[in-house]
Amino acid sequence: MNAVIMPVADGWTIAKRNALKIRRSPDMLGGVVMLPVVLVLLFAYVFGSAIHVPGMPYREFLLPGIFVQAVIMSAQITGYTLTLDLRKGIFDRFRSLPMAPSAVLIGQTVSDLLMNLAGLVVMAAVGLAVGWRVHTSPAEAALGFGLLMLFAYAFSWVTATVALALRTPESFNNIATMVSFPLVFVSNAFLDSSGLPAPLRVVAEWNPVSTFTQAARELFGNTSSALKTADVWPIRHAVAASLLWIAVLLVVFVPLATRLYKKAVSS
Amino acid sequence: MSDAITAEGLVKRYGGVTALDGLSFTVPRGTVLALLGPNGAGKTTAVRVLTTLLRPDGGRATVAGHDVVEDARRLRAHIGLSGQYAAVDEHLTGAENLEMVGRLYHLGAKRSKARARELLERFGLADAADRPVKGYSGGMRRRIDLAGALVADPPVLFLDEPSTGLDPRARAALWDTVSDLVAGGGTLLLTTQYMEEADRLADQVMVVDHGRAIARGTPDELKDRVGGNRIELTVTGADELEPARQALAWVAVGAMRTAPESLRITVPVTDGPEALRRVLGRLAEDGVRVRDAGLRRPTLDDVYLTLTGHRASGAGEQARQTGRTGQAEEALR
Repeated sequence: MNAVIMPVADGWTIAKRNALKIRRSPDMLGGVVMLPVVLVLLFAYVFGSAIHVPGMPYREFLLPGIFVQAVIMSAQITGYTLTLDLRKGIFDRFRSLPMAPSAVLIGQTVSDLLMNLAGLVVMAAVGLAVGWRVHTSPAEAALGFGLLMLFAYAFSWVTATVALALRTPESFNNIATMVSFPLVFVSNAFLDSSGLPAPLRVVAEWNPVSTFTQAARELFGNTSSALKTADVWPIRHAVAASLLWIAVLLVVFVPLATRLYKKAVSS
Repeated sequence: MSDAITAEGLVKRYGGVTALDGLSFTVPRGTVLALLGPNGAGKTTAVRVLTTLLRPDGGRATVAGHDVVEDARRLRAHIGLSGQYAAVDEHLTGAENLEMVGRLYHLGAKRSKARARELLERFGLADAADRPVKGYSGGMRRRIDLAGALVADPPVLFLDEPSTGLDPRARAALWDTVSDLVAGGGTLLLTTQYMEEADRLADQVMVVDHGRAIARGTPDELKDRVGGNRIELTVTGADELEPARQALAWVAVGAMRTAPESLRITVPVTDGPEALRRVLGRLAEDGVRVRDAGLRRPTLDDVYLTLTGHRASGAGEQARQTGRTGQAEEALR
């Protein structure tokens, strides 16, 4: 087997193993399916009754933000699973086999992407049930979901990097929660960020979560001319900026995670 | 070339700790070498270097003719490893675990599947094949992990403390399996803390201490050096220790150990049953009252005391595992 096919074939073998694992652990599957449902209902009904955005129903404004939040949460499964596997001998077994070393991370991120996709489908269905609508062409909507999936995949590599640097599930969870909550809340995901005080507003405008949310809103047609968006480049060109973010995340974190993996398993 | 494994001056340091301190040895093709030593002696580090999991800081090693550093990827196609912790996936069934390993050895889907069934049958796991490993007993896990090392039928096998944590029955069953395996002509390197295990499975035993080899020979040669069985004698009062020591000195072939707090004396002997009979006869004549007397095989601790004059550094750990905590307090006299 050559150097190109082997990582792909081995990665697929590992991804299948992870998919079986997910199917057999109800807690994980429950987290992926139930968490998005709870998020949609909670935000739609609790925030929805208090927050009003100009020119459109709040739930239409909200759903793209929830999608991005769910992607960030679900991508953390990659990091968490890696810290759990590090505690067992399974990586030793993998490393003693004539497989492509990169296949472990490729397989992990690919299976988590499939899980993220399942979560998005459930969320979209619940969203449609509570009044979210797509106002664009099917091609643009598909592009919207495609962009979210690409972001999910790229972000999996970020959580993998953090996990392989920290190496224990406890410290990973602490850091992941501490970083992801401000990241999601200081953005335009749930609110019109123009109402925030100046320093927070600037952070929110340049926050990649805002960029991805804005891109999703545009691609699903959940925007309104009555709602002013921030006049910064990543928001005005949200789709292009999102693609750029994805490229940057992959270029930085794929090699970094790969290097940290080698270090973590060979000590 | 006739050596399946060669190691020349292997060195591995972790910070200030030297795990391997110039370890050298060879394992001829088709033979079994046991690395015997306590926790921290460097056994596992040696296995990790030879199975390409760890890069040595110095020295070189080959397995099946491939250099562990330069040629790691090709080397891996020729080895099977079963480590100290059963490296199997809890959520996958036994069959799925073995199939996955087969796929990663690039055996192809069909052969991986067939090989998995074959091994499950051979290891007595056919009934549990389609149950997640989560529900397996400790012995079953060990067997499925061992089966994982055999999927590609590798010519060189590494077993790192294969029986640690197993109950005596599971251990005996595992030994039978391993004996059958090596009878087929494979090369095996195993590590162990148990003299008995090395005796049972290995052609050659190498005693490792602080990352260095301190003795090598067949199990019988080693036992001759260490002395065969031990007589362990407990008397009823402190004033009876001295007469008991005199009686034991009569049959002793090595240093006697006395633990005054527990009123126990341990001494290596040859021809154990006869020596025990004679000692008990003489003690009865002398009127020394004995609370307990028996024969036992030499332990790792005994091997160490004889060969190095010091106690196995991980002896506390081993004592806990074998439930012999009292011995850790014994003094060498």
